[in-house]
Amino acid sequence: MSLATLDLPARPIGLRGRLSDLLVRRGGLLTLLLLLPPLLWLGLVYLGSLFVFLGQSIFSIDEFSGTIVREPTFATLIELFRPANYDIVLRTVAIATAVTVLCAIIAFPIAYYAARHAGPRAKAAFYLAVMMPLWSSYLVKVYGWKLLLAKEGAIGWFAGRLGLTGALEAWLALPVVGGPSLSVSYTGMVLTFTYLWLPFMILPVQAALERVPGSLIEAAGDLGASPAKVFRTVILPLALPGVVAGAIFTFSLTLGDYIVPQIIGTSALVLGQAVYTLQGTAGNIPLAAAFSLVPILVMAAFLAIARRTGAFDAM
Amino acid sequence: MTRASLPLKIAALGGLAFLHIPLLFILLYCFTTEERSYAFPPPGFTLKWFAVVWSRADIWAAIGLSLKVALVATLLALVFGTLAAGALARARFFGREPISLLFVLPIALPGIVTGIALRQAFGLMEIPFSFWTIVIGHATFCIVVVYNNAVARLRRLSPSLIEASMDLGADAFTTFRLVVLPNVGTALLAGGMLAFALSFDEVIVTTFTAGQQSTLPIWMLSELIRPRQRPVTNVVAVLVIIVTFLPILAAYYLTREGEAVAGSGK
Repeated sequence: MSLATLDLPARPIGLRGRLSDLLVRRGGLLTLLLLLPPLLWLGLVYLGSLFVFLGQSIFSIDEFSGTIVREPTFATLIELFRPANYDIVLRTVAIATAVTVLCAIIAFPIAYYAARHAGPRAKAAFYLAVMMPLWSSYLVKVYGWKLLLAKEGAIGWFAGRLGLTGALEAWLALPVVGGPSLSVSYTGMVLTFTYLWLPFMILPVQAALERVPGSLIEAAGDLGASPAKVFRTVILPLALPGVVAGAIFTFSLTLGDYIVPQIIGTSALVLGQAVYTLQGTAGNIPLAAAFSLVPILVMAAFLAIARRTGAFDAM
Repeated sequence: MTRASLPLKIAALGGLAFLHIPLLFILLYCFTTEERSYAFPPPGFTLKWFAVVWSRADIWAAIGLSLKVALVATLLALVFGTLAAGALARARFFGREPISLLFVLPIALPGIVTGIALRQAFGLMEIPFSFWTIVIGHATFCIVVVYNNAVARLRRLSPSLIEASMDLGADAFTTFRLVVLPNVGTALLAGGMLAFALSFDEVIVTTFTAGQQSTLPIWMLSELIRPRQRPVTNVVAVLVIIVTFLPILAAYYLTREGEAVAGSGK
């Protein structure tokens, strides 16, 4: 048998064949064709709307007529630094920080146990136990906390049964964190946020802890470090990128939320509520846009710092 | 594997309990006879709220709208997310990083910013609120879910499989149908299910793009702010948990079995 008679598959012919040849030979064309529809959608519909909205932060509002003055000015952006507005920003950042710290404290033991002590079956169970609340309905979870925190609700009842009513009332009497009841206090708001975003902290911390080599921990122990010292000098620094990765989520999600403070919390506004009322009842789109820039800028700074700690590899 | 110390066990299990106990309370309050407050313990138990939900037309209309929106948004996200993943999984070109960032942006930015931006754009172009304005908002942030799932699977798919298929005479379309699609199919299904759950549950962007229409989360939000028959909200909440949990569980098993993709060992 000579090579000439070897039965090669027939060359693809016709329009379909030529199109196929073109796509295979010109990979760039294929990439472009694939990319074009989603890029048009997100680039035009989404990014376009985003720029139109955020761009209005350089306009201002006419105080008498309430109409938008379409002349570039820094007045609206400077308005952010008025005490009343600046307070809103500081308050929101403080709440987000408290939520992030609480999430890290509660998440660490769960992540540590799942990463270093759980067998394969327990690990799958842990994973599902974390994923299930993560993906359950956001509103349902908020609602659950409204039930628990209400004055007549379960937390108050259990506190009474355990003889802790006095402690609960003493806590509510505290100046900043307290309030008439848990459901209208910062304590309630921070607890709800912590609950909502906790899974976002557990998963990256667990991923980071799983990458800590066991031999490193053994070596530290062999060299005479106490368990506490091993934890402080070996485990914690290596887990830190995971904590930072989790903090990206807990921090940014808290910064932008306006529904939880509306349902559970005090009458003092947070960022999301300020944006919501400004664009709605107040009709001050320029200031709403200026306020919206705050979480975006805070997160951009956060991400720039996070990149240095290697948090992106832990996600 | 070493044994965990007792305090660690308590802290870990306590944390997990913290994650699940509020959901149990929602279930408990479905059966309470008290409809005006969240009194604990419930003064009595009844099944009547399930019957009330069954006969409420506004709830069924909201469920219907939510299901329709989720379905269409998921289909759109599947198309756009898969295309984007196909383009970005292996290609290296100038501007690739900013484009991948663009796909993640809708869930990275606060939902309220996305919502108001879209509302402004609709207003500017004089598009009235409709079914489609809700779908546009949802599809925008659902694309990234499908994209993430598809891109992860495509990167694990060995290029030699595609080369082999072409060497054996299949053209690009046949290769896509017989080699690529079967390998990424479960990842797409999983991504689609997550997108569906995400859309079915979304409230923040929807508040700005729905106008007077009421999806199920919008209905729930109004009940949370101005409660009427509180246990009715609980029954609906449990329904929502079930509707979102089943696709998520399915997605979990689909992607887990998908670890064993042909050629992934290389």
